[in-house]
Parts: sequence; structure tokens; C-alpha cells
Amino acid sequence: MRRWNGRMTAVFLFGLAVLFLAAVTAAGWGFSEEALVTDFSKKNLGPGMPYLFGTDWLGRDMFLRTLTGLSMSIRIGILAAGVSSVLALLLGTLAATMGRTVDAVITWMIDLVMGIPHILLLILISYALGKGFKGVVIGVALTHWTSLTRVIRGEVMQLKEALYIRTARKLGVGTWEIAWKHMFPHLFPQFLVGLILMFPHAILHEASITFLGFGLSPEQPAIGIILSESMKYLAMGRWWLALFPGLLLVFTVVLFDVAGESLRKLLDPASAHM
Amino acid sequence: MKRHFIFIGKQMLRMLLLTFFVSLAAFMLLSVSPIDPLQANIGQAALGSMSQEQIGKLQAYWGVGEPPAERFLAWAGDFFRGDMGVSLLYRQPVAKVIGVKLVNSLWLMLIAWVLSGAAGFVLGILAGLREGSVLDKIIKGYSLLIASTPAFWLALVLLMIFAVWLKVLPIGLSVPIGVEACGVTVMDRVRHAILPAVTLSITGIAGITLHTREKMIEIMESDYVLFARARGESTFEIVKNHVLRNVLLPALTLQFASISEIFGGSVLVEQTFSYPGLGQAAVTAGLGSDVPLLLGITVISALFVFGGNLIANLLYGVIDPRIRRGGAGA
Repeated sequence: MRRWNGRMTAVFLFGLAVLFLAAVTAAGWGFSEEALVTDFSKKNLGPGMPYLFGTDWLGRDMFLRTLTGLSMSIRIGILAAGVSSVLALLLGTLAATMGRTVDAVITWMIDLVMGIPHILLLILISYALGKGFKGVVIGVALTHWTSLTRVIRGEVMQLKEALYIRTARKLGVGTWEIAWKHMFPHLFPQFLVGLILMFPHAILHEASITFLGFGLSPEQPAIGIILSESMKYLAMGRWWLALFPGLLLVFTVVLFDVAGESLRKLLDPASAHM
Repeated sequence: MKRHFIFIGKQMLRMLLLTFFVSLAAFMLLSVSPIDPLQANIGQAALGSMSQEQIGKLQAYWGVGEPPAERFLAWAGDFFRGDMGVSLLYRQPVAKVIGVKLVNSLWLMLIAWVLSGAAGFVLGILAGLREGSVLDKIIKGYSLLIASTPAFWLALVLLMIFAVWLKVLPIGLSVPIGVEACGVTVMDRVRHAILPAVTLSITGIAGITLHTREKMIEIMESDYVLFARARGESTFEIVKNHVLRNVLLPALTLQFASISEIFGGSVLVEQTFSYPGLGQAAVTAGLGSDVPLLLGITVISALFVFGGNLIANLLYGVIDPRIRRGGAGA
């Protein structure tokens, strides 16, 4: 048998995180009907069996509500990270290859987006789109590309001047072939890791903006809404309404981080042999 | 020296231009909104019972139906003269509303900024000094956990512990309810600001800690530290003589560049604690369609962010002798 090494730990952690996140997403999707069921004979129950996270003032099962909310957050996160990372790939490559003017414009855009505090920018975009679900999704999707764009821009600029790429060009290899055969394998790991490490930000921002009251309507069990509703009941000592949903949210975000970091360790040549 | 001034001037110009574009972008976002300010603030039922004349007056008040380009030019022109318009919800000049709220917020943010910066710096140095030690693992784990925790949830947890359970700190607002303005003591203000400030400080620590730790590890592996050790310097001397200066620069830069994050955090924290600061005003303005106020807050916060970046750029020259000489044209 082979000796257990760091690489296997990373694969194991990555698999575990992905499995758990997929389970939460699927479960939340599946139980979205049950999460809305109210039962006034079972309201304000503390955490225990069979209601793991307790029930709220309408007798709704908090565990199911939390799962549904998290599932939605994860799905919004996937969409947002997907859109933002494609944007980052496009803009980063364009900035690095299309000359100084394009580079200046894109760098300027990055500075502009980063100049407005993120939450404030989300409020502005949400307002521009008339609030609601659409505002949250588009806002989160369109504001997370800046740092990855910088990374990709720097990477492509470095690659462009690399000896083997200049050699390939001198040997008459076409632009597309260079891009596909020589640049893409370098960029892809960076891109993938950047994509996964974008999730935590996207999810936290989605939760924050819903918490503030922009976006989803109160019936929808989003994690931000659950937490902002729980605020009214804090003074009455119903601590479980805020504690458990929040804990599960933190746990989800940590898992995305673990998944991204493990993948980075596996793909990065400097740490691939652990 | 002359080159220095040119550098500063260029940076300032860039900052002002960026602020202008931020205000333009914010204005465009706000003017394409399909939200009808009348519906949002007065409600369909009340509108239905009003006469056409009354509705016309209200529409003029909320600026419905004017072309956006004209409005922007008028707004920008007034802004340069120091007139930021009138807040529709507070019925006071925006400059005045922002002035009051900003003072409340600045206290919070300043305390959090200094505390989180200092604590994060020390923790980062302690962690990076011995990579892989138990202390390092604890500090790193703590930072990662905090980075994954939404500020508003941390605020809720602290509220539960200190205000509801232990009952030692008030649950919200910046002054006690039912006390006249002149009856509010400094102690009251401090008591009401403790929880928000602590929450903001805790969330701000993560970034600076992790960053300092990385730099520390890099420096501890450098040749000059190895040489210092060979000369027989103790760990404390090494940190004091060789490490501090090298770590301080990136840490300070990062801290100045992170003003945007503290600003964002304060929006969430103020909303949770109902602390009447700039962040809460931004949320109120966004929910209540108070476009002039929201615009004003965006521009002011952008000025703070760009100002922070500017200071960070200038600091490079002050602390790092290599850049200082380069900048002076030596």
C-alpha cells in the first residue's frame, strides 16, 4: 500500500467539501416545499429532536428553512462566480494583449469598481434593477471579477514575454495555437482556483445584501432573510433562530475555502508534491 | 523634490477623476432604476386617493420625469459648490445629514481600523515567526474562520451574548431611548459604541493577519535573517532590527487600502445595531429611494477609499528608503 501523503489529504478534503455542498444544495432544493409549512401547534420550539434547529413563530422547521436558504445562496454563488470568472478571463486577457489603450481602460474600470465599497455598489445595482431577486443575482454576478482580472492580466503579461512563447512565435506558430497550446495550460489552474475562491465572497455578499432588505421577498427562505427576521426575536431569548442558520452559513463558506485551497495545492507545481 | 510633487499631483488628479467617474456611474445606476419613488414612499393606496394636482407636486419633489443628463449636470455643478441637494427622507440638506452621520461612523471606523490593524499586525508576526507551530495554526485557523463569518452574524451573536444574555451592554442605537439630547453623557455614547466597534474590529483582523503572516514567513527565510542568526542575534533582536521595517510597509499599505472593506462592514454592523451612522443611512436611502442621499454617500465613501489608496501610495516613499531615493531623483 502507498503511504498516505499530503496530496491524498488534499484530494480527500476537496472531495468531502464538494460532496457536502452538493448534498446541501440538493436537499435544500428538494425540501423547498416543506420549508414553508407552518404548524401553529409547534411554534417557538427550542432546538432538539425532531426539530434540529428548533421552530420559529409560525412553527416552521428552522433546519429545513436554513437548508433551503443555503441551497439558494450556493446556487446564486455558482452563477455569480461563473459569470464573474468568465468576465475576468475575458477582460484580463484583453487588457494584457490588446495594447495600452485597452489596458488603461480596463485598469481604470477595475479601480472604479473597487472604489465604491462593495456593499454600497450592490445596493446601487440592486436599486438600478428595481430590487428583487434579479437585482441580487446580477449585482453579485457583476461585481466579483476585479481581483481575478488583475491576476489573469498579470499572468498573461508575464507569459507573453516568456522565452518559450517568444520562441514559438519565432518558429511561426499561430496566435491561436500559442494561446491554446502554450498559454491555456498555465492559465487554467489559476482560473479554476480563482473561480472556486470566488464562491465564499459571492455567498457572503448575497447573504449580506438580503440581510439588509434588498432583494428577496420575506416569504422566500433566503439565509439573509432568516437572519434579519431572527433579529426581532433576539430580545425574547430565541437565540436558536439566529445561531444555527448562521453557523451553517459559516461552515458552508469555510468548506468552499477548503475546496479551493486543496485544489490550489494540487494544481500548483510548487506544492503539488507534498 | 520636484519629482515628488509631480507624483503627488498626478495621484491627486487621478483620485479626483476617479471620484468623478464614480459619481457618474452611481448616477447612471440610480437613474435607470424602474422604482417609482412615489410608490415606494407613499404607497399605491394613498396615491389612489390623491388629486392629480397633488401627485404632480409630489412628482416634482421626487424629480420624476426629468431627463437624466440634465439632472446629472445640475447635480454635479451644485456638488462643486458644496450643495449636495436635499435628502428626501430626512428633509434636510444632504451635506448636513452626511455630516452628522459621518461623525458617528468615523468614531466606529477609526477605532475598528486602528484596533484591527494593530492586533492583526501583532498576530501576523507571532504566527509567521514560527511557521507550522501550534500558535501559528491557531492564529491562521482563527483568521480563516473570521474571514468566512459575515459581519452581521457576528454582530447578532455578540448581541445575544452581551446584550440579551449577560445584559451588560445596550442592544442598539447610539444614545439611550427617551433621554433628551443634552442629557446624554459621554459614557452613554461609549457604551453604545462598544459592541459595534468590537464587531468591526474583529472582522477587520483577518486580512491583515494573513497578509503579515505571509510576509513574515518570507522574511524569516531570507538570507539576511539567516546571517543575523549566525551573528548570534536573538529572535527579539532580529524582529526589532530587521523584520519590523520590512513587514510594516506592506501591512500599512494594506490597511490603508482596506478602508473600503471597513466601510462595507460598517454598513452591515450599523444596520444590525441600529447605530445611526453613514452605513445605516445608506441602507435607509436605498430602501426609501432617497437618491440624493445615496449619491452623496457613494461619493463621500469613494473619496475615503481613494484617499486611503493615495496615502498608501505616498507611504511607500516615506518608509521604504529605496523608493524614497528613487522618487527624489537620486
